[in-house]
Amino acid sequence: MRHSHALRIGPVGFRVGSTWRAPITALRGLYAGYPTLKAEVPDLTVRLYPERPWRRWLRPSVAIGGDFWLPDAAPLPLAQGLLAAEMGMNLQVALGWRRHLLLHCSAVERDGRVLLMSGASGSGKSTLATLLALAGWRFLGDEFAFVALDDGAIHPFPRAASLKNEAVAAVRAAGGMVGPVLAGTPKGTIGYWRPPETAISRMTDAAPPKLLLFPRFGEPERVETMAPSETFVRLTQASTNYVTLGQTGFSALTRLVQTVPALAIGYPDSAAGLALVERLWSAA
Amino acid sequence: MTDPVYAVDPPSVRLAVPLDALIAVYHRPSGATHLLAAPSPELLDALADGPADAASLRDRLAAHYDLNGEDDAVGAIAARMEELVAAGLAWRA
Repeated sequence: MRHSHALRIGPVGFRVGSTWRAPITALRGLYAGYPTLKAEVPDLTVRLYPERPWRRWLRPSVAIGGDFWLPDAAPLPLAQGLLAAEMGMNLQVALGWRRHLLLHCSAVERDGRVLLMSGASGSGKSTLATLLALAGWRFLGDEFAFVALDDGAIHPFPRAASLKNEAVAAVRAAGGMVGPVLAGTPKGTIGYWRPPETAISRMTDAAPPKLLLFPRFGEPERVETMAPSETFVRLTQASTNYVTLGQTGFSALTRLVQTVPALAIGYPDSAAGLALVERLWSAA
Repeated sequence: MTDPVYAVDPPSVRLAVPLDALIAVYHRPSGATHLLAAPSPELLDALADGPADAASLRDRLAAHYDLNGEDDAVGAIAARMEELVAAGLAWRA
């Protein structure tokens, strides 16, 4: 492809190629300082290309492709090329990665142990992880937790956090710098928060999980203990490669739910959420 | 009409991990994961001795468990076995 950038984020080597220069320039800016791939073969490849040949110039429309592919991935306008690159990277990881059990979780670390937060879009898991990182926790990722298949440790995947709508203001209010903000995307307004330097320099340092939370933003404060079997079912649904990994994934997931306590929590706002997380972490 | 006789794969093809009241079972031939509650895991184990109908299964379970309180143990076992057949963990021999 005409333009490309190859970089490493945690265990994953990506090559993102694009027909247009702009998405790659934006990607290089957002991920400046991340290790780049030299002679290494990338693990996953993302391709951004025109939906039709003339759509390279005429109302440019970015289709997302790569080694793995979904038939219904809708193209995006060129102005949202960075989002297309990010979605492409997510898609390739979700569909193609086999070396870890992937959980749709955000993850932060403190004192050598990891806090996992799982939830659907809008649950607040990205915002909480970002705010905790601003409060001194090490940011491991806001999208996927990479669970090691041999020892269950959580490997960092410190992509830029994707903050949606009100979360942009919440992170800025806490002193966080939110970089490119894309308005009018299919997911609303999206702002990218670049992880702190320690998250990048320590992206190969894995740590064992200590606590798993299922947060729900905008609810009265509550804490409910989840049974391991319920946690197991929810995490099979939150994993993009559990079925593909077969018995290896089963063993990794049963070990996680047997050894890590899980709580469902509700919180009305970010401040209450942060205080609740700190309290539960101390008690865990 | 004779009562159905049930059979299962040997225990070595299943990986069972107790989580709480439920047991997670990975079935290697299908690659499927199941969450089972008692007495389904016990029925699978009891069939390791060979195919059996519900009445024989009750006798096998009675050798290890106290079934005195069960008025219709055979009916309950037949219902659980049909669920295991539907789940792909057992079949009618």
